[in-house]
Amino acid sequence: MSQPDDDALAPGRTDFGLLRRLLGYLRPHATAVAVSFLLIVALAGVDLVGPYLTKVAIDQHITTGDAAGLASVAGLYLLAMLVSFGLRFAQTYIMQMTGQRIMQDMRRDIYAHLQRLHVGYFDKNPVGRLMTRVTTDVDAVNELFTSGVVTVFGDLFTLLGIMAVMLALDWRLALVSFAVIPLFFLLTDWFRRGARQSFRETRKWVARINAFLQENLSGMSVLQLYRREAGNRAAFAEVNRSHYDANMRAIFYYAVFYPVIELLAAVATALILIYGGAQVLAGGLTLGALVAFIQYSERFWRPISDLSEKFNVLQAAMAASERIFGLLDTAPLVVSPERAARPPQVTGHVSFDDVWFQYEKPPTGSGGATQPTPADNGPRSEVGFTPPSGAGGLGGAAQPPPENYVLSEISFTVDSGKSVALVGATGAGKTSIISLLMRFYDVQRGRVAVDGTDVREWDLERLRSSMALVLQDVHLFSGTIASNIRLGSEIGMERVRAAAEAVAAHRFIERLPKGYDTEVTERGSTLSVGQKQLLSFARALAHDPRVLILDEATSSVDTETEQLIQAALKLLMKGRTSIVIAHRLSTVQNVDEILVLHKGRIRERGTHQELLARRGMYWKLYELQYKDQELAAGGRAEATASA
Amino acid sequence: MTLPHLRRLAPALARRRRALGLGLGALALTTLISVASPWVLRHAIDDLTLAVTRQKLWLYAGLILALVALEGVFRYQMRMILVGLSRDMEFDLRNQVFEHLTRLGARYYQTNRIGELMSRATNDMSAVRMVLGPGIMYTASTLATFVATVAMMLAISPRLTLMTLVPLLLVSWLVRHYGRQVHDRYEEVQAQLAEMNALVQENLSGARVVRAYAQEPAEERRFAEANREYVARNRRLVRIAGILHPGIGFLMGLGSLTVLWLGGRMVVAREVTLGEFVAFGVYLAMLHWPMIALGWVVNLVERGEASLGRIHAILDAIPEIRDEAPLPVTTLAGEVEFRGLDFAYGDEPVLEGISLKVPAGSTVAIVGPTGCGKSTLVSLLPRLLDPPEGRVFVDGHDVRRLPLATLRAAVGFVPQESFLFSATLRENVALADGSAERALAAARIAQLEKDVAGFAQGFDTRVGERGVTLSGGQRQRTALARALATDPRILVLDDALSAVDTETEEEILSGLRGFMRQRTTFLVSHRVSTVKDADLIVVMREGRIVERGRHDELVAQGGFYAELHRRQLLEREIETGEDAA
Repeated sequence: MSQPDDDALAPGRTDFGLLRRLLGYLRPHATAVAVSFLLIVALAGVDLVGPYLTKVAIDQHITTGDAAGLASVAGLYLLAMLVSFGLRFAQTYIMQMTGQRIMQDMRRDIYAHLQRLHVGYFDKNPVGRLMTRVTTDVDAVNELFTSGVVTVFGDLFTLLGIMAVMLALDWRLALVSFAVIPLFFLLTDWFRRGARQSFRETRKWVARINAFLQENLSGMSVLQLYRREAGNRAAFAEVNRSHYDANMRAIFYYAVFYPVIELLAAVATALILIYGGAQVLAGGLTLGALVAFIQYSERFWRPISDLSEKFNVLQAAMAASERIFGLLDTAPLVVSPERAARPPQVTGHVSFDDVWFQYEKPPTGSGGATQPTPADNGPRSEVGFTPPSGAGGLGGAAQPPPENYVLSEISFTVDSGKSVALVGATGAGKTSIISLLMRFYDVQRGRVAVDGTDVREWDLERLRSSMALVLQDVHLFSGTIASNIRLGSEIGMERVRAAAEAVAAHRFIERLPKGYDTEVTERGSTLSVGQKQLLSFARALAHDPRVLILDEATSSVDTETEQLIQAALKLLMKGRTSIVIAHRLSTVQNVDEILVLHKGRIRERGTHQELLARRGMYWKLYELQYKDQELAAGGRAEATASA
Repeated sequence: MTLPHLRRLAPALARRRRALGLGLGALALTTLISVASPWVLRHAIDDLTLAVTRQKLWLYAGLILALVALEGVFRYQMRMILVGLSRDMEFDLRNQVFEHLTRLGARYYQTNRIGELMSRATNDMSAVRMVLGPGIMYTASTLATFVATVAMMLAISPRLTLMTLVPLLLVSWLVRHYGRQVHDRYEEVQAQLAEMNALVQENLSGARVVRAYAQEPAEERRFAEANREYVARNRRLVRIAGILHPGIGFLMGLGSLTVLWLGGRMVVAREVTLGEFVAFGVYLAMLHWPMIALGWVVNLVERGEASLGRIHAILDAIPEIRDEAPLPVTTLAGEVEFRGLDFAYGDEPVLEGISLKVPAGSTVAIVGPTGCGKSTLVSLLPRLLDPPEGRVFVDGHDVRRLPLATLRAAVGFVPQESFLFSATLRENVALADGSAERALAAARIAQLEKDVAGFAQGFDTRVGERGVTLSGGQRQRTALARALATDPRILVLDDALSAVDTETEEEILSGLRGFMRQRTTFLVSHRVSTVKDADLIVVMREGRIVERGRHDELVAQGGFYAELHRRQLLEREIETGEDAA
């Protein structure tokens, strides 16, 4: 990792600190940056040559009538142009490419960091926002390198160069023409303030227009049902009008700025003409120098008026880099410990030992609570929120309010190669259990262990690669069928094919236009739900996990596919420790143990037959969720009668 | 380029011909004056080669200042008028778009994504405005500057003019030719950026799978590849874009070189004066920007045309649901009938052979699994969707022949997703007519009063982003109150109380009972508890009515409804956690 870890004191992050970190990204490209700066300086010098050559031409050749000597001046002029062209191209190319490489590094770091962040981070930060970090924000920083800071340096050198040459030509005349500069800065300052203010205004109204449209288009049918069309048209026209007004104010600043700049430039020219003209008449200045002066002073204004725009780029880049570093500074909460367990063999023994878990840690406001708590929560004991200190249980005395926990007192073991089904209503805590086993989150109390070792002591990669997760909603990556089975692992084509054959996915894959090399799209729209299921089974099987974690899909598929899925499932679970969120009757009938969850607690446990005999909660769930499947297996009940 | 879309703006532009004329007039004056000041400079320098009084220098200086000041005034006018014109047209066009959007029906919004429509009303609108403002301004300015400066240059020396114009024309060619390539390569860069975005999106939304299969390093490799490709494509872009600007500079320099060399010789040969020589150089420099602008404007126009096409696609969409020769009906009693109704979304049949007669004042409940067509059926009543002719009747009139305003005023429709505007609660409830009294009464019936009392600003509390966030149940009750406040003859609750807990729902329904007695009511629901007291319960499956009768009858029948009833009893037991037996 290239970014230095010296930002431990995150608060009080200053522009200077940000800049320093940004410079850190420049370091690997120091040579290119240095060359680029040299080129800029050279360029600023070369660009000064033109007017000077004009002076030479006028004074030494034109006014003296030396037509032949003009050729050599013209030759020099051409040379200067060629050099300038070459330098400018080289400078642009080098700087732009350096900017690109720096952005490449930055994107790589952000992306890598995103891979390390814990799953819980993604619960809170929407994907769209994080994507902005990798793309838009990085681009804003890029502007800093390519058009912002660098050209500012270029402009500064040009300015200094022009000033130097003018002073050298005639320092008094130079000072006279510089007299306008303070006025110029005043004007630019007025413009910058005004334009920025009005720009902000317009941005605000654009946002309002967007919000209005978003709301009204989403609620169009309500609008129409309640005959509010005319009223809301008027309201829209009002927002639209304010947007128009704000823009007209912005136009005003631009409409004033450019003419006044020209006027100031004209004042400079007039001053040169009056003072310089008098000098020429008095013989203190050559005519060529006067012309050169006029040309120089014209070149003087452009860079200065650009400076204010560059300032905005700089600010945008700073804001963007602050967001980027903010992301990079977010510490991953779930990481491998220092001396992680990395056993060569995993048997797949799973145990949950008095596990308590909640997604959000409640605010541990000490003393006067700064964070508002729901009024009906009553006084809470602080003790319960202390993180578990290793194994063992805390006494029952200091129990936190149980309503915060999505899992409480969960204890069970699955011997190597055995299978367990989790059943229960929505929100009973089934998904949380498998998330804890994969260590997407860490428990608050108790321990989750694989092969007797707490998952928090495992090397994360080793732990997870000994398991395979199959989710309801199959996530496909863009790529081919084969690459979706093997993912990034080193799995040969043979094994991919064998896995697909074993779970009966081979048949439909073969029928695809390019077989295993068929491209799948992001959402996998070319594949049916059932096919995606089989594909994800093949993926799991190809990775040959010791522990299979499965969230069965509820979506209904046709009978034939259903049979394929059931057969594939049986094969997949064979010889592996399996933990299944069950939605299929065949699954609950075949597992070694069923855990019935209710509101985060294990309510009943046993085999299918035992639990049915108890006629408890499981029996009801069975009546509700599984009985239909039994009926459906016999023959499809069809809606028939129409009265 | 025929620009069919931009052409359609001609009438709107013609309506503003006064402003357009004034703006272009200011532009012409600006240009004329701007070519005058180098002329003054010319005389000043010529005088300096001879001998001149200081007074005359002051005169020249004063003249230059006066000219530039005057030019500034006109330039200011030009900008304000021409850019203002484009803003004005944008304003109108955007209003038109929104107005048209309010006329389009539910079907349009089912096939067009809102984000897409918004982008047309904002981004595309900007692109069109750029054509109308800067586009027109720079085109006119380029033409005027070109004509005026070249005329002055010709006046100085036709020969020198011809010699210097050659590299200048090359500039235009360069901008046009390379500009296209730059554009193409830029598109390639953007495509790769989109690719990279998709990759990130895919990775982040699959964060669990990536971690579960320990795919982080592989994913980093995949990204690194896309990242590398992006940089490679940028290199291709920079290689040619990097030539463009220095190239323009070089060609312009060739012009200056010609002036210096040939012009210098002409001064020596006394064909032109030194002042003319200097002024010529200034004129040449004045052409620099217009030459670049030309290529830029072409790009602008192309983009604007495409954008306007997308905007016109909205304006050209024909509102399906509108009044066509409506009957002169102003009040309705509320008797509803569906007669052998079939309905399809495109080729996909949704409703088949629905026949149902609901007397005024009675309550009918519709139950059935998701996707059975319940919502579609009730949406046809206020013509949110248009039924086929002669199938849906209110008071014996085909709904398609009733005035939309009358029909919709008579139907109080509470949709599945309760939509609230970011306005006060009062405004939301009194959406239709603004009657505060009725709004209060409606809020009482909808059991909203207690919640309102809990807010600091009561009924004037804003909801939405800049106000309080309501719970799902509160939102639904607000939407219900809104429908009640219109005092409708027909009340339609399209699964409108799903987010309210069963007890509150029962309270609401019992409060509504008096209201419902005098009105025709449609209750669409999954819940048996909601519908059990209805005068008639209709069970739908796959677009057909499969059972109908009262609660007891249907339970006794042992069909779908009876099964639903049994399941919901079970669910309630599981929810409360009671053990059976």
